[in-house]
Amino acid sequence: MILARQARASLARIHAMFVKELIQLRRDRVTLAMIVGIPLIQLLLFGFAINADPKHLATALLVQDDGPLARSFVAALRATDYFDIITAAADEKDAEGLILSNRVQFVIEIPPDFGRRVIRGEKPPLLIVADATDPTATGGAVSAVTAAASSALDRELTGPLARLAPAPAPFEVRVHRRYNPAGETRRNIVPGLIGTILTMTMLIYTALSVTREIERGTMEALLAMPVRPTEIMLGKIAPYVAVGGVQMGIILLVATTLFGVPIVGSLLVLGPLTLLFITANLSVGYTFSTIAINQLQAIQMTFFFFLPNMLLSGFFFPFRGMPLWAQYFGEALPLTHYLRIVRSVMLKGSSFGELAADSLALGVFTIVAMAVAVMRFRQTLD
Amino acid sequence: MSGADIAIEAEGLTKSFGGRKVVDNLTMRVERGRIHGFLGPNGSGKSTTIRMLCGLLTPDSGRGACLGYDIRTQQSEIKRKVGYMTQRFSLYADLSIRENLEFVARIYGLARPVEAAREALLRLGLEKRAEQLAGELSGGWKQRLALAACILPQPDLLLLDEPTAGVDPKARRDFWDEIHSLAANGLTVLVSTHYMDEAERCHEIAYIADGRLLAQGTIAEIVSRSGLATYVVTGPDLEALAARLKATKGVDMVAPFGMALHVAGRDAARLSEIEREFGEGAPQQWTRGEPSLEDVFIDLMTHLEARR
Repeated sequence: MILARQARASLARIHAMFVKELIQLRRDRVTLAMIVGIPLIQLLLFGFAINADPKHLATALLVQDDGPLARSFVAALRATDYFDIITAAADEKDAEGLILSNRVQFVIEIPPDFGRRVIRGEKPPLLIVADATDPTATGGAVSAVTAAASSALDRELTGPLARLAPAPAPFEVRVHRRYNPAGETRRNIVPGLIGTILTMTMLIYTALSVTREIERGTMEALLAMPVRPTEIMLGKIAPYVAVGGVQMGIILLVATTLFGVPIVGSLLVLGPLTLLFITANLSVGYTFSTIAINQLQAIQMTFFFFLPNMLLSGFFFPFRGMPLWAQYFGEALPLTHYLRIVRSVMLKGSSFGELAADSLALGVFTIVAMAVAVMRFRQTLD
Repeated sequence: MSGADIAIEAEGLTKSFGGRKVVDNLTMRVERGRIHGFLGPNGSGKSTTIRMLCGLLTPDSGRGACLGYDIRTQQSEIKRKVGYMTQRFSLYADLSIRENLEFVARIYGLARPVEAAREALLRLGLEKRAEQLAGELSGGWKQRLALAACILPQPDLLLLDEPTAGVDPKARRDFWDEIHSLAANGLTVLVSTHYMDEAERCHEIAYIADGRLLAQGTIAEIVSRSGLATYVVTGPDLEALAARLKATKGVDMVAPFGMALHVAGRDAARLSEIEREFGEGAPQQWTRGEPSLEDVFIDLMTHLEARR
């Protein structure tokens, strides 16, 4: 009986905080606009802009043999769509200059007497100089070159020259590229963006909530009232769970309609797990808010947390490509688990059971963050 | 006097910030149903004491109780039963008056928060401004709102930290009328202030300086306990006279009040010698007067400074 009454009283105080926060949010027109604006603009910007398999890269040609074999090779390169031959280099020095001045990504050099030397069986080199400062920019193109070269020469090496053509392998390799057969970056990046955008917006919302009360002087009155730290926290977090839900809805709508990313799995799986992820980030933000002395510090902590989430979660770079220690570190970040969840549900159709480990990790993370926040919350002005 | 009649009891309260003792061994007691004035210069430790009493600061040493609840261990009971009005306006500037009051009503778990807020609006004459944002109110209206929020949960004790600072005289008078009517209904009030006229509206006062309690009691008690003999001097050249009197042994306090000079000393016999010495044949008039509360405080402060 007493316990039930206490629980009801506690809920009433959480409700009081919730209503207060909601009114304050409603009055803050800029923040209201950004709730919709930030996810929309970022999704459009990044969704359209980011491409991990770039094509039509600027290429210079240094041709020192104009025979049919060389011409056929250049044509095959063009056909891969990776190379846009924009200029011809006069000599090696000229080619070097083109790369140093960032005018081209590739220089393709066909040595003198290329055709004749192939026919003589001398295995002459075909030189492809790539500006590989950014490996992602060149990777796809470089791997396309070998295939293009052999197919081009295959066509030319007929009749008496057929002996020069490489023998076919005695077996066949089949690769099934499941869930994203065309290898579209969007299918990977757009679900990932749901996670990164939510991380950023959710962290900021709560990171400022306690420090703002302290800076505006309202904390003193709040502390003199019979409301407990847990109730303040839950009341402050709750409105933003709804805000996160709205942002999620906007992003999903754009992802499916504009970017054509499918939702193979169930929204009934994605929805609850996304709310859990949102709560995890709100808890972290709130924890920062209880540690920071002012809003500036809170913002700094937010960025300190945001960057590893972006870079070590598997959003930008493959998670399995990181050394083991970095993977362990990444496992401690909520975005890592959410990226697996959101990509699996949207692209593969995974269910709760298959995502149990990641869901559990998010839950544990949320509880730990909340516990730290409640412990860190200063109940006095000492 | 039984314990139930005591609203505030503090013994040896001490609090330091960064090695400086802000409140030093403070002992005080406030009876229920009284308006207790808390006086002292800026930085004397009034706010710190009030914050310790309502559980917002933990004393370094000493003990205290509000309404019988220990200030160290029973803060949650104190928060429920004590209304604390902060020195700086600390309600939400981006909430309207009504929303602020409804928020307070909900936090305190009042059965009907919306009605409770409306009643509070009516009682303090805030209904016409109910929808106005608190941040847009003038000082006087902010203070009214803060008081309304304080008494909304029907506390048994009010702790008011300089509630009338920066408020115009009319609003101050209304405020004190309200305080008196609340006290008449059994509420105990501890109110800190700078103003002597407000001190005189209190049933009892406590005067602290440098974190130490220098005097406590009714005004009559404090004045009589001070043992000050006072003369009121009128006439020409008071400034020159004041300078000479200040240098005279036996004169503990010289202070100008309008067209007159208040001269006070603890040794009445010595002071009457001084009166003869300076008064005979001089153009000024010396009259025996009752020391005012302000005379007593100035004397207390002068002594404190002399001891330092």
